[in-house]
Amino acid sequence: MKQVMGIVNLQESNATIRDLTATRAVESLPFAGRYRLLDFALSSLVNSGINSVGVMLPDFSRSVLDHIRSGKDWDLARRRDGLTWLPAALPDGDSRKGDLKDLYANLDFVELNDRKYVVLTTGSFVYNIDFNDVFKFMEDTEADITMVYHVAKRDRNAKNVVVQTSTNGIVTDLAETSTVKVGDKLAMSIYIMPVPTFAYIVRSTYERGGQDFTIDGIIRHASEHKISAYEHKGYIAHINSTAEYYKANRDMLNPEIWEQIFMDKAHPIFTKVKDEVPVQYKNTANVKNSLVANGCIIRGTVENSIIFRGVTVGKDAVVKDCILMQRCDVGEGARVENLIADKNVIISKNRWLKGAENYPYIVAKNVRI
Amino acid sequence: MRKTECLAMILAGGQGSRLKALTKTVAKPAVPFGGKYRIIDFPLSNCANSGIEKVGVLTQYRPLELHNYLGSGSAWDLDRTGGGLFILPPYAREKSADWYRGTADAIYQNINFVKLTDPEYVLILSGDHIYTMDYSWMLESHKRNKADATIGVFEVPWDEAPRFGIMNTDKETGKIVEFEEKPANPKSNLASMGIYIFSADIFIKYLEEDGVNENSSHDFGKDIIPKMLNDGLGLYSYAFDGYWKDVGTIESLWQANMDLLQDQPPFELNGDWKIYSSNPSMPPHYVGENASVKESMVSEGSKILGEVSKSVIFPGVRIGKGAKVTNSVIFPFTTIEDNAVVDHSIIAQDVTVKAGAKVQGKEEEILVIAEGETVNA
Repeated sequence: MKQVMGIVNLQESNATIRDLTATRAVESLPFAGRYRLLDFALSSLVNSGINSVGVMLPDFSRSVLDHIRSGKDWDLARRRDGLTWLPAALPDGDSRKGDLKDLYANLDFVELNDRKYVVLTTGSFVYNIDFNDVFKFMEDTEADITMVYHVAKRDRNAKNVVVQTSTNGIVTDLAETSTVKVGDKLAMSIYIMPVPTFAYIVRSTYERGGQDFTIDGIIRHASEHKISAYEHKGYIAHINSTAEYYKANRDMLNPEIWEQIFMDKAHPIFTKVKDEVPVQYKNTANVKNSLVANGCIIRGTVENSIIFRGVTVGKDAVVKDCILMQRCDVGEGARVENLIADKNVIISKNRWLKGAENYPYIVAKNVRI
Repeated sequence: MRKTECLAMILAGGQGSRLKALTKTVAKPAVPFGGKYRIIDFPLSNCANSGIEKVGVLTQYRPLELHNYLGSGSAWDLDRTGGGLFILPPYAREKSADWYRGTADAIYQNINFVKLTDPEYVLILSGDHIYTMDYSWMLESHKRNKADATIGVFEVPWDEAPRFGIMNTDKETGKIVEFEEKPANPKSNLASMGIYIFSADIFIKYLEEDGVNENSSHDFGKDIIPKMLNDGLGLYSYAFDGYWKDVGTIESLWQANMDLLQDQPPFELNGDWKIYSSNPSMPPHYVGENASVKESMVSEGSKILGEVSKSVIFPGVRIGKGAKVTNSVIFPFTTIEDNAVVDHSIIAQDVTVKAGAKVQGKEEEILVIAEGETVNA
């Protein structure tokens, strides 16, 4: 895919997941024990052979910058091409919200890149996609633009762009809805198109008052282009609420999904390397149905949980249905259930904490309980 | 270019023939250890953590995998501008091509590299010991003693002393008065760790003399050190009292792995003194519904559905339902199928132990299954 470049758009709104994103963008939410959400889009681009990738920074950019740094862990620290940071547009009295302003401000990157096509992605999905397949679908359908969708497996209340297609994969309608029903075709905020088409859409829409790439750039002008839609059949999660975040993490406890997302040798998910030691299980450890990241020391009981790097679980402690982020410390005899603990949370000895099954209790960063 | 104070040279060419099946395809320093590392990660990480920025690695036996593993040295932060990691295999000259004939000869053949680097001190390390050590303190001691050479020593049990090179030292100053290679009746229990610091000028002079000496076996312990002592140079010992293990045999390699499983491991694993390694891109490991994991170390990308106790599990290992792995070390990407039993064994990479098969070693005779093999029921 030498003729294709990628953009990871991290300018998404994260209003519905505010608890965990007070100090970070949703895309840099820790996920599955050692990753951050944007790793999935970034790794998919890299594994598809795309070696020129622009990362459009969110408002809270420190955690993203600290995570990606030079892009080396994704093999994007290159002499030619590699990673390009796309900072947000300068405030210039234009109060428009949305990502279009930043795409407009960074159009140079796309147009001067010498590539023929651009893949636009966001960083709030969990997936492992080979964009070569999407690209081929675009060629087969002779479309101007190809987008990617997945079929909803359950009803939910959440904003989504629903796609209607004819039998040959050509999009017949696009609309943003606030509820999702089983069988709906949901857009995944992935678009492939030739660079001139992309530049035209961004320029013409922004200069006519547009704010949002998908809504103003694509949906409103859908009839002007031949758009095809590619179905991604593999696992996918869109992290746009705390409940989805909790559920998607726990989906990784299903060995089939775990294998599909992470263990495909040709498509590994890359992340920042931390050089932690393998997990040390002591003689009182009792672990069932859990993911445990390197650097942990486990002396207690852990069930149905996701344990991030460097967590310690003390003797006689019980951790059930939890997500414990980096460097949490569960003291001896403590008991936590249905809990999402952000980084560096300390649960003191013998404390008990329990959330509801469908509504996990969230503990903010660096809190001591 | 910045001045190099201390150049480290790691002797990593050894075959490690006593590791038998484990070194059939790789050099000893590349043998996996401790759930995610390779033996050479220890001296390399010690260098990185001790502030040594220039490291030469002398390779010889089956270097492909080792070279591939070392790469640019970035895993140990040794991909530095104007320095970092140098891989030094034997090479051909105008008249002849020689293998490294001994530890000293390996350095002698690369003496131009040492001269080019122009260090004040040269630190000689071997690539087959497990320990964490801050070399900067040893260098301090070398400077303070105004020594010509400083030798790292380690107290061994008296009954084991006849197996080592033993230093007889002046108790007060640490000055070495006598060196005995494998003495039958040792006068001291301070064994050489194979770690030396030399002042560069003297080092180069002695190596060049030794290099052209037909009667020398070109070994630091057998030739260079005794000669320096004979010539009355200032040789000092530097005592190390942490964990140090030569993992030259199957039993010692197995034991060193087991040492990590103690409730309080013999050296700090989670502390600031990190052991760096080339990391695979794999997810946290999965422990299944009916699995049991106790007194073990387990690394990324593994899937444990059976029972694991007192074992070290490397990345990408699969342990099936009802399988039982005890007192063993399982190298990367090996599969132990359902209901198989593995005890007191070291299982190399990419092995398949078929469902219901049994791999049973003994504490005094650890069983080794070589890379790529299949064990049938």
